[in-house]
Amino acid sequence: MSAAKGSIPGAPEAQGQQRRGPADRHGFRLEVRDLEIRNRRDGPAVVSGISFAVRPGDVLGLVGESGSGKTTVALALLGHTRRGLSVSAGEIRLDGMDLLRLRPAALRQVRGARVSYVPQDPSAALNPALRIGYQLREALRSHARITGDPETRVREVLGEVRLDASPGMLRRYPHQLSGGQQQRVALAMAFSCRPSLIVLDEPTTGLDVSTQRHILDTVRRLCRRYGVAAVYVSHDLAVVSELAAEVAVMYAGRVVEAGPAALLFGRPLHPYTQGLLASVPVPEGGRRLTGIPGQQPPPGHRGPGCAFVPRCALALDECRARAPEPVPLAGRTVLCLRAAETGTARAEPRPAAAVTDPPAGAAVLSVRGVSASYGPVRVLSGIDLEVPPQACVALVGESGSGKTTLARCIVGLHRDWTGEMTFQGARLARGARHRPVPVLQQIQCVFQNPYTSLNPRKTVGQIVAEPLRRFLHVPRGEQSERAVSVLGDVALGPRYLSRYPDQLSGGERQRVAIARALVAEPSLLVCDEVTSALDVSVQAVVVELLRAAAARRHLAMLFITHNLALVRSVAQFAVVLRQGEIVEAGPAEQVLADPGSDYTAQLMADVPRLRS
Amino acid sequence: MTEPRAVRRPEPEPATEPGGPGGSPSPARPRAARDAHPVRHLLGRRAAAGLFTLCVVSVLVFAATEVLPGNAANAVLGRTAASSPAALHRLEAALHLNRGLLDQYWLWFSGLFTGHLGHSLVNGQPVWGYAAPRLINSAVLMAVTGVIGAAAGVALGALAALRRDGWFDHICAVTALAVTALPEFVVAIGLIILFSTVVTHLLPAVSLLPPGSYAWNAPRLLILPVATLVVVIVPYIQRMTRAAMIEALESDYVEMARLKGVPMWRIVLVHALPNATAPVIQVIGLNFLYLAGGVVLVEYVFAFPGIGQGLVDAVENRDIPVIQFIVVLLAAFYVFMNIVTDVIALLVTPRHRIPR
Repeated sequence: MSAAKGSIPGAPEAQGQQRRGPADRHGFRLEVRDLEIRNRRDGPAVVSGISFAVRPGDVLGLVGESGSGKTTVALALLGHTRRGLSVSAGEIRLDGMDLLRLRPAALRQVRGARVSYVPQDPSAALNPALRIGYQLREALRSHARITGDPETRVREVLGEVRLDASPGMLRRYPHQLSGGQQQRVALAMAFSCRPSLIVLDEPTTGLDVSTQRHILDTVRRLCRRYGVAAVYVSHDLAVVSELAAEVAVMYAGRVVEAGPAALLFGRPLHPYTQGLLASVPVPEGGRRLTGIPGQQPPPGHRGPGCAFVPRCALALDECRARAPEPVPLAGRTVLCLRAAETGTARAEPRPAAAVTDPPAGAAVLSVRGVSASYGPVRVLSGIDLEVPPQACVALVGESGSGKTTLARCIVGLHRDWTGEMTFQGARLARGARHRPVPVLQQIQCVFQNPYTSLNPRKTVGQIVAEPLRRFLHVPRGEQSERAVSVLGDVALGPRYLSRYPDQLSGGERQRVAIARALVAEPSLLVCDEVTSALDVSVQAVVVELLRAAAARRHLAMLFITHNLALVRSVAQFAVVLRQGEIVEAGPAEQVLADPGSDYTAQLMADVPRLRS
Repeated sequence: MTEPRAVRRPEPEPATEPGGPGGSPSPARPRAARDAHPVRHLLGRRAAAGLFTLCVVSVLVFAATEVLPGNAANAVLGRTAASSPAALHRLEAALHLNRGLLDQYWLWFSGLFTGHLGHSLVNGQPVWGYAAPRLINSAVLMAVTGVIGAAAGVALGALAALRRDGWFDHICAVTALAVTALPEFVVAIGLIILFSTVVTHLLPAVSLLPPGSYAWNAPRLLILPVATLVVVIVPYIQRMTRAAMIEALESDYVEMARLKGVPMWRIVLVHALPNATAPVIQVIGLNFLYLAGGVVLVEYVFAFPGIGQGLVDAVENRDIPVIQFIVVLLAAFYVFMNIVTDVIALLVTPRHRIPR
């Protein structure tokens, strides 16, 4: 964690720190005590008993799966609650001043000026109707205490996030910027008033590794330089471990474990923290990802005991009956009745390589000299690729590299390509409409976004049975039996048959999508970024399911991802794609451990790693 | 706001700039710059399509009036047609009825552009002289109503969105529903009862204009028709504004503006309203169209000498040249308004107006 890495020459680090006096009497910039937020003033608690503190220049990582309440807490740090929620207890002290006791006018003056926010999705959080120059200046103009010329400050902060501050740039609308540029504008906006605290809500989700690396470096550097305390919300423990000195792990609205990052990541005590850590893929080693099966109970369904019980391997009857209280233990706070014993259970060695070598044989799919375009824009050129039988090939690349286009060409959704593709020795026609039914059945696809790839008006049973009817002509009576058995393969019970997609979590939806592909009994499965919309813990579950199902059914798989860390956990072969061309290809181990190209090496260097 | 929050990888793949650590802006795309400007592109396409539509309409109108049983000369002369074939022939010649259909159409169609619109069959007045005052009266009624109705609708809708689920919002919703359920002439009669007959006598019950005078000569006469039509159009504009404003107010960018400490009035006027404009403009445009042609009943109740009533009279009297002219004119207005609303909607949406 060197701050010097990205510092601008001539700007001494200490200068900013001196600008602001000591934070409060304990030396904390931010102190949160016993925060409780309820749904409607008397409804069930969404989060409760939240306490943590951050020192100037430090970053606190707030981690947990989606639905754990981490964004709710993050927004409360700005005195804001989403519709329907309200703070029912606790205090949030910023430099000693309780934000929750402020009147609206005073709170407005604090927001943006002394505590600022970096959103998860800058493409939605920047106003599409306003130029970015206007939006940057507005942050300054809303707070009179900023001295000096706003124009100068805008140029200064844009320089700090390494964006060009030309008038042409400032006149752009958000949609004219790339995702990384948008996020840098949001960062510049957050730092522009020189706040005491900055709250970052998953700011790098959806960004490429190199862009993510740059954003992380910038955050670290600016926090150090200006003595800003930061709260970094993320579900990605690898990212947090690179940035945060302290970590608070949230589960079902409570902080289940909190303490120094080195301790938590080195020797986690809470079973949930252990589970999260076990689901983080490691780019260098193909270890088996375990994930955490099940999902957290929503507010109002959390029962009297520990909320983690249904997913906990160590749960006792006592855990069901009595809610644990936070106890200090081994340098941290843990919320678990069995915390004293869990530390020992963790010593087990990591399972060996998850991926086995495939048998040799003629390729299932071979792609030769394929070039594809969208209208006049060429997206792929001269792609050569082979998927051996029962093997998994990972296709890796940043957004815009053309990997999704290649998937669409292979499954026949994109027709504008030249070259040759053969599947099981026979030439593939360009469009799906021109391919014989057996070929359609043999090549199945799982799409990136499980929220849009399932028909919301059909039940899971109907969705999974459709390929049975269409491809395999299974009689109606047998369909539900087959559907149940394939749902079992993705660890979903028969009770899911009658559910609709919107009643499912993201991970469950993606498993339904996988079941829909598997039920057709394909020989090639094309998975396009299937885990990018999922939590790390859910990603681990889905990847494991996919790997196991592929092995059991002797499937060949093309696994498309931007996440290099995942590759070794699923694939035997890796192909790196850059701007529509293959940079390098070969056995996954070799490509990742000893990259032949600078590009792959740079990508590997940029992957966030768990530091413990 | 239906998009799931977890999904963050926008991906049609081509032409997205990864935006490397260097942080230079993506280079200008000369290809996009050479393409026609979206507004000009839209205007050109729509104008061409509009002209084509109008030609088709003119053919349809002409054909429809032609297939009416008997010819215009018969209709005008009535019983005398049978008794005096000479008179019939003279009239037929005057109306060019003795020529071929195509010839007749061309005479009429070219007349539209040269100003030779023919004469009313009923009183021999030039069509333009008959229609012009009515057109102007209707235009005044429409403009006054449209401006007041749009302003009131947007204001009420925006307020209802800001006070979402409060008493103001509920009253607005119920009133709007009740008013939309009432036919416009009922609203008109209700207003007449309230303001000019039974309850009070503040305003004239009918809006008869003396011949040769225009609506602005007697503004008092306009009050009730305008009020009726405002009551009719406000609910639509108000409801659309409310929905669009709620969507904007619930958006991430408004939340972001709040978290930036932007004052509330700026959030509403600068952040939310511009993003809610496009759908509201479309509804206002639709209401202008309604006001242009669909207000016959209201004009009838108040005996207001407008274009709607003029058209009804002409149809009753089989006054074919008048019918043809008014219908083509209304069609032209429809086409024009559609283009105008689309262009405005495009202008207020930078995402569509400016290429990536």
